[in-house]
Amino acid sequence: MELVEAIILAVLAASTPLLIAATGELVTERSGVLNLGVEGMMIVGAACGFAGAWLTGSIFIGALFGIVAGTLMSLIFALMALGLAVNQVATGLALTILGIGLSGLIGAGFVGERITPAVHLAIPGLTGIPLIGRVLFGEDAFVYFSIALIIGVWWFLYRTRAGLILRACGDNHVSAHALGYPVLRIRTFAVMFGGACAGLAGAYLPLAYTPFFIPGMTAGRGWIALALVVFSSWRPGRLVVGAYLFGAVTILQLHAQGWGVGIPSQFMSALPYLATVIVLVLLSRARTGGSTAPAALGTVFVPDR
Amino acid sequence: MRKSLLALAAGLLLAGSVSAASAADKLKVGFIYLGPVGDLGWTYQHEQGRLALVKELGDKIETTTLENVPEGPDAERAIEQLVRAGNKLIFTTSFGYMDPTLKVAKKYPNVHFEHATGYKRDKNMSTYSAKWYQGRYIQGLIAAKMSKSGVLGYIGSFPIPEVVSGINATIVAAQTINPNIKVKIIWANTWFDPGKEADAAKALIDQGADVIMQHTDSPAAMQIASERGKLAFGQDSEMIKFGPKTQLTSILDTWGPYYIERVKAELAGTWKSEDTWGGLDSHMFAMAPYTNMPDDVKKMAEDAQAAITAGKLHPFKCPIVGQDGKEVECKGGANLADGQILGMNFYVKGIDDKLPGK
Repeated sequence: MELVEAIILAVLAASTPLLIAATGELVTERSGVLNLGVEGMMIVGAACGFAGAWLTGSIFIGALFGIVAGTLMSLIFALMALGLAVNQVATGLALTILGIGLSGLIGAGFVGERITPAVHLAIPGLTGIPLIGRVLFGEDAFVYFSIALIIGVWWFLYRTRAGLILRACGDNHVSAHALGYPVLRIRTFAVMFGGACAGLAGAYLPLAYTPFFIPGMTAGRGWIALALVVFSSWRPGRLVVGAYLFGAVTILQLHAQGWGVGIPSQFMSALPYLATVIVLVLLSRARTGGSTAPAALGTVFVPDR
Repeated sequence: MRKSLLALAAGLLLAGSVSAASAADKLKVGFIYLGPVGDLGWTYQHEQGRLALVKELGDKIETTTLENVPEGPDAERAIEQLVRAGNKLIFTTSFGYMDPTLKVAKKYPNVHFEHATGYKRDKNMSTYSAKWYQGRYIQGLIAAKMSKSGVLGYIGSFPIPEVVSGINATIVAAQTINPNIKVKIIWANTWFDPGKEADAAKALIDQGADVIMQHTDSPAAMQIASERGKLAFGQDSEMIKFGPKTQLTSILDTWGPYYIERVKAELAGTWKSEDTWGGLDSHMFAMAPYTNMPDDVKKMAEDAQAAITAGKLHPFKCPIVGQDGKEVECKGGANLADGQILGMNFYVKGIDDKLPGK
């Protein structure tokens, strides 16, 4: 019983940064922009988030630093890919390379420092309930926020007029433009939202997951978030399934190794990727019978004035 | 225009990292690093070695470092860059630089190269590494004494001989204290991913392990053990900051003495290509202070360290029994031969797990 609870808690911690970063990228891509710089924005968010928390002693301010840093990084992307209509793939890759270097520079002075990680919720009487108490009422604020965030994004995309316009920009920017919508401005906001989320996801790592900063500590999580968006067919609901599935298989394969199941560890390490891809592909085949990519994803738009 | 701008930028970058030197009579020594010097692990320790070298011979030499050099073709360019900048002795400090180093070494026969942890040598290319399994043996003794549950947790990186021999040395030692000791092994399949290392440590502790050891690079596992009130060993460098009440000891890579010795040889003109595999006796690594343990355990650890240093105790003293229950052929007289340890690809008896790929 206790072990099950421990596993669920570890899964939540491992999935949360993926979910936050992927949520942001989903909105960006839904507006028709492919930003491959998630990893770079995340690692800068991690460095600045740690710096903020270390300097002020506040996890909340650290998280804000991460959000601002991620947003600023995404503005560089917006300037290049939207303002100057440069190739989005190349710009995104460059953003990742820039981010990795920049985060090392920002974080250099903070390597080896420690902070007190984000506090976990504790409600007397509720947090103590066996099995579900700590899962539902004993996590840190990031975990609850990530769930609120994806629900909010779902509501925004499918239940608001602004969300419909954003999706229209992603599917056909020429029509959206012809109807008088400011395509580039909308896309810029979407890119900034993606950057803010990536920055927050990065900041989660040194603020709650492993409370110290080391260059390169995101270790590829930005790329996983990107892949999750694609395999979820750009649907918020499936994104949640994908992120938690990936986290769950990651943790379970570690436990399976500890139990000595006898399956080669190299295969076990590949399992999270395999399981997530298979499940999400099956899900999208069953429901819609094909890809639902935003039709204008990754294409350059220059308004005719 | 764009191309020339790029070339200019690249030139500036290189000029920035390879700080050109003017003193003509000083020996120039170059270092290629895999990570940033602030990685708190592997590269950090090499940098400490270089600093020790500068402190000792700073008036006679001039050092240059290149950080964050990826393993592969890029490394070749970086090494060549150091050669062109006039470095006469170049240390390439990661396994993956092996072939690039060899390639450059063949091209510049008058420059001397030193490659860490590899096995390819040439007239002007040495290799150097350390017998870390000796330190793992001491950790195994401590772990068995300190574990209340009798279950040790081991986070491995990749199932390569260096890591496997470390696991075996740990268990062989632990069995001399507690013949029924259990070990749970989780392979992270990465050298460096703090999040995953932390998850692995959590899984081990949740499954009952109360002493955590790692062969991965970040202090994440130490921090989790500290959070949960368990004990742990550091890796590569001093990690006590991340677990003041947790760290028992840590195997510290101490490259300084070796770097000083080799540079002195170069200065004296007696440098020649060698294969160095040093242990505690040659100070290729050291043990961090023994902390968070009772005095008798500390004494036992210190005695074992002294015995290994003096050559009286060998972690792989025959008979070594494999998982299949058969004795391993003893090719080194009373102990396993160096070659058997360097190529170790089996678990010893007492490990209830399968070596991946076996």
